[in-house]
Amino acid sequence: MAVLRKPSPLRVAGKYGALAFYVAFALFPLYWLLKIALTPDQLIYSEGTKLWPGAATLENFRIVLFQSDFLAYFRNSVFVSLTTAAATTLIAAGAGYAFSRFHFRGKRALVAVMLVTQMFPLLMIIAPIYKIVAAIGLLNSLTSLIIVYTAFNIPFATFLMQSFFDGIPKDLEEAAMMDGCTRFQALRKVIVPLTLPGLGATLGFVFTAAWSELLFALMLINSNDTMTFPVGLLTFVSKFSVDWGQMMAAGVLALVPSCLFFVFIQRYLVQGLTSGAVKG
Amino acid sequence: MARIALKDVYKKYGAVEVLRDIDLDIADGEFIVLVGPSGCGKSTLLRMIAGLEPITGGEFTIDGERMNEIAPRDRDIAMVFQSYALYPHMDVGRNMGFSMEIRRSPAADRTERVAGAARTLGLDRLLDRLPKALSGGQRQRVAMGRAIIRDPRAFLFDEPLSNLDAALRVEMRLEIARLHQRLAATMIYVTHDQVEALTLADRIVVLEGGIIQQVGTPLDLYERPANRFVAQFIGSPTMNILPAERSDNGIAIRGGPTLDLPGIGGTGEVANLGVRPEHIDITAPGQGDLTGVADVVEHLGSDTNIYVDVQGVGPVMVRARGNVPVKPRESVGLRLLREHAHVFASDGVALRA
Repeated sequence: MAVLRKPSPLRVAGKYGALAFYVAFALFPLYWLLKIALTPDQLIYSEGTKLWPGAATLENFRIVLFQSDFLAYFRNSVFVSLTTAAATTLIAAGAGYAFSRFHFRGKRALVAVMLVTQMFPLLMIIAPIYKIVAAIGLLNSLTSLIIVYTAFNIPFATFLMQSFFDGIPKDLEEAAMMDGCTRFQALRKVIVPLTLPGLGATLGFVFTAAWSELLFALMLINSNDTMTFPVGLLTFVSKFSVDWGQMMAAGVLALVPSCLFFVFIQRYLVQGLTSGAVKG
Repeated sequence: MARIALKDVYKKYGAVEVLRDIDLDIADGEFIVLVGPSGCGKSTLLRMIAGLEPITGGEFTIDGERMNEIAPRDRDIAMVFQSYALYPHMDVGRNMGFSMEIRRSPAADRTERVAGAARTLGLDRLLDRLPKALSGGQRQRVAMGRAIIRDPRAFLFDEPLSNLDAALRVEMRLEIARLHQRLAATMIYVTHDQVEALTLADRIVVLEGGIIQQVGTPLDLYERPANRFVAQFIGSPTMNILPAERSDNGIAIRGGPTLDLPGIGGTGEVANLGVRPEHIDITAPGQGDLTGVADVVEHLGSDTNIYVDVQGVGPVMVRARGNVPVKPRESVGLRLLREHAHVFASDGVALRA
């Protein structure tokens, strides 16, 4: 092994400089969102692109929360995203487990078909989806969004879950079954606790995808009562003007659940839980 | 109490037959070792007994009761895995008591049994640790503790020592031998290591190509191998096999002398003569049966391994007791001990009186 030399200060500075640049680059849009949200209406156009607003106000937040339908949109979005995430993760976990552990006829074909579903641009199938949803009378309902989102997220979520199950040694279930478990008990008591990071990651992924989905929500939902938040944001754009401040305030508020959700699941995302199970 | 019997058991994966004609009677309390090269089907056989692998055909019974279709959990058999398979999210105590937890045994009873097993295995102070905080040897002990706590009808071991370093392996081997003496339970042990097989087993089952080659006590296999495969698989260093044929007054080594070997039965054709390295004496050149040139000499202290090139016959390995002062390229004579010689037919079957 080479002798470890003390890295030169220049290199260290360069490394942190690059990291700082990247962080600034990635976070700047967020900063801008917050800045506009806090800028009083009359200053938005007069101050132009000044980095720091001349004055700050919470007025935009007040209007969004109490004088718009934002809370209803928000509630709809939370309901749709949570239900989609839960349903998708449950189904994907079951399918992923089957793909990981069992051999059955048609498995390869099934995997291939699931891959194919991921190859089409969504735009192509909007019209048929609309016709189907209309035919079963689910237009303007949150149920239609949940069904469509769940269907579109299952393939990827299944592959994700399968890779997590693949990472858990088969010996563990077999040991549990020798210890007196049924296959289902082995799954519940041994495999599921070890898959929590995977479940967390899948939940988070699906939740965010459903939370920010616009295309289908726009097509399938017209009534104000069932609008989700991304569609609702568009209501801040009226025929003659755009309420930038309110729109940005709504955007900031929309970030809150995503952030909370990740704070909540991040402890399950910690890897390395299976270390020590088998020879390491 | 467990008498385990396999009758005409076979296993197929699709069209591929991985095990066939498995007939085996294991007495209560017997320590059976399944041994063979990798891919011989020994682990598959063990997993079939465990219930983790379906039995394609034949009958498997424990105490006369048919087990083929019984789920692993209802067979009352414990298994120690090669990878240990400890539950990573449970501490040592819960790992060991897991089977009782599943069976809803009273907590007090469970704690007591876990403590007892932990004491015997020297794990008492590790009960609160997670598996990842244990060394290889400790994990191995926990895996054994998990098995003994259940007091099962039989124990299965799937190459339990192959992940340990040499010193620890010897120590754990002794521990398993003690465990067997103390519990007097039926144990089936899979290994590819013949030293483990010879030291632990009451009887050894040698498998090769999915077929049982021979079943017998360690000494049986060493002294009376049924065929050339067993002869070469058991014993270290491996047996010398010399091309030979039957002649009027004994067995003629091809390119060498004729040995007078009384007691070679039958009139079947002889293809090979087998002599273990430890059954050849070093003599002065010209004396003895063969003369050759020492190629490589290994001094092990207790023994000396000498690889001898015999003109016209080929390489012969000799293992002499103690320190023998032979140098490379020195000419040596070899005397084969006739009472320990083996003769094999061309299909490998050993010929005997």
